[in-house]
Amino acid sequence: MRTFLLSISFLLTSLWAVSNAPSHEEPLSAQQETTTSHEEKFNAGHMIIDHIVDSHDWHIATFGHTHITIPLPIILFDEGKLIVFSSAKFHHGEHAYLGYKIESDRKAGKGKIVKVIPGTMETDKTAARPLDFSITKTVVGIIISFIVLLLVFFPVARAYKRNAGHAPKGMQSLLEPVILFIRDDIAEPSIGKHYKRFMPFLLTLFFFIFFSNLIGLFPFFPGGANVTGNIAVTLVLAAFTFIITTFIGNRSYWLHIFNPPGVPWWLKFPLPLLPLIELAGVFIKPFVLMVRLFANITAGHIIVLGFVSLIFIFANMNPALGYGVSPVSVLFSVFISLLELLVAFIQAYVFTMLSALYFGMATEDHGHEHAHEASH
Amino acid sequence: MELVSPGIGLIFWMTLAFGLLLFILGKFVWPPIMRALSEREQAIELALHEANKARKEMEELRFSNEQLLREAKEERDGILRDARKVRESIIEDSKVKATEEANRILENATERIHFEKMAAITDLKNQIANLSIEIAEKILRQELSDPEKDKAIVRKSISDITLN
Repeated sequence: MRTFLLSISFLLTSLWAVSNAPSHEEPLSAQQETTTSHEEKFNAGHMIIDHIVDSHDWHIATFGHTHITIPLPIILFDEGKLIVFSSAKFHHGEHAYLGYKIESDRKAGKGKIVKVIPGTMETDKTAARPLDFSITKTVVGIIISFIVLLLVFFPVARAYKRNAGHAPKGMQSLLEPVILFIRDDIAEPSIGKHYKRFMPFLLTLFFFIFFSNLIGLFPFFPGGANVTGNIAVTLVLAAFTFIITTFIGNRSYWLHIFNPPGVPWWLKFPLPLLPLIELAGVFIKPFVLMVRLFANITAGHIIVLGFVSLIFIFANMNPALGYGVSPVSVLFSVFISLLELLVAFIQAYVFTMLSALYFGMATEDHGHEHAHEASH
Repeated sequence: MELVSPGIGLIFWMTLAFGLLLFILGKFVWPPIMRALSEREQAIELALHEANKARKEMEELRFSNEQLLREAKEERDGILRDARKVRESIIEDSKVKATEEANRILENATERIHFEKMAAITDLKNQIANLSIEIAEKILRQELSDPEKDKAIVRKSISDITLN
């Protein structure tokens, strides 16, 4: 998304310069027109938010007034009915279809699908919103990550079967250090000797986050969806970790939560202060996992988009300023993008590592450990 | 805020997709990979172990070879020593035997000489006796007239006989 913006930013700056030039010379006629078109009145904040939130079509580029987008299917549940149609019917949010439209008002949840008052484009504020199960841009991004993971790992698994007992080759040798890293440096030290049954989840988790992060950095169509920077996605990932931790938690794990040993009794009775804190911790841990990944990836996108926006902000003041700022902006964006490559790995690592730690805490044999501590 | 409000649709699709991914990868991809990795590690471990063992065996073999060589040398030396001893003893024996034989031969010879000498003496004695008889006869025949002369002749004859 961001590098895409970098490349078209040059293109757009020139368009901007051309379209803005008359508005400066003839403010009366041109300015009136441009305010109605969302494209020419540049607002960096809105532009950035529009790029990182989910949308019902996949926007590729805009040349003048022509939007190049991939329409995506809209799936709605409304009053017990299943309604399916293409998002192309909305004409980039300018039209209503079957009584629905994409909300354009930022204060009322821009981008959500709402009901309209029949015959108009006005939002029907009294009607309940339909349940939106659309295949949005992020869903397509998830599916792309899904397909990439299958395309990468099925041949690798086959290579392991065919090439059994020999040195790894090609893709296999690229991924083997990472798999071994997850096994030997994340799972085994965090979980202990019963780490094997968590390996499928940890590997899937790591590679899904890592690949999604990397694909999110890729600017053009198959990439660029802000998958891991979407809170619903990180919510689901964190929920998986939470559910697994809760289900595998052994007796001593729950004992440590509801009756923490080695703590003064007045912290537990009559007011169960510590158990309450521990119980809150059970929910805070996955919540923090969710927020950390979401915030890191979103922040990276925002910074890159911010640098790109600088070009347009300065170009709005003066076209020459826009040209002057663009090399600096591009340089900074490239720098941040490189940093994001690192973040892509680190966040995948941190999420996996913490999940493994939580599993380790839930399955740890505390009794044994205390005996060990006592011997010191 | 759109940014921090998770949509139900996305949660649904994400759960479905991630669950499916977890299932597919967990069933068809991770088990063979993990198995192959641990199998290879075990194989490497085993190979290293074997190599170590082989090296140790080689070392032992070399040691035992040296031992064997040393023993063989010692044995050779022993054999040589024995052989030398045997040779010497044979020489010694033969020397002794030869001496004995020589002595025996010498003894035999001496005995024989003695015997021959005795025989000769006997012969001589016989001859002397015969001669004496002959002389006596002669004397008796010639000189029985003069006893004085006879006596002189007998004495002279006897003194002439040299025994040995």
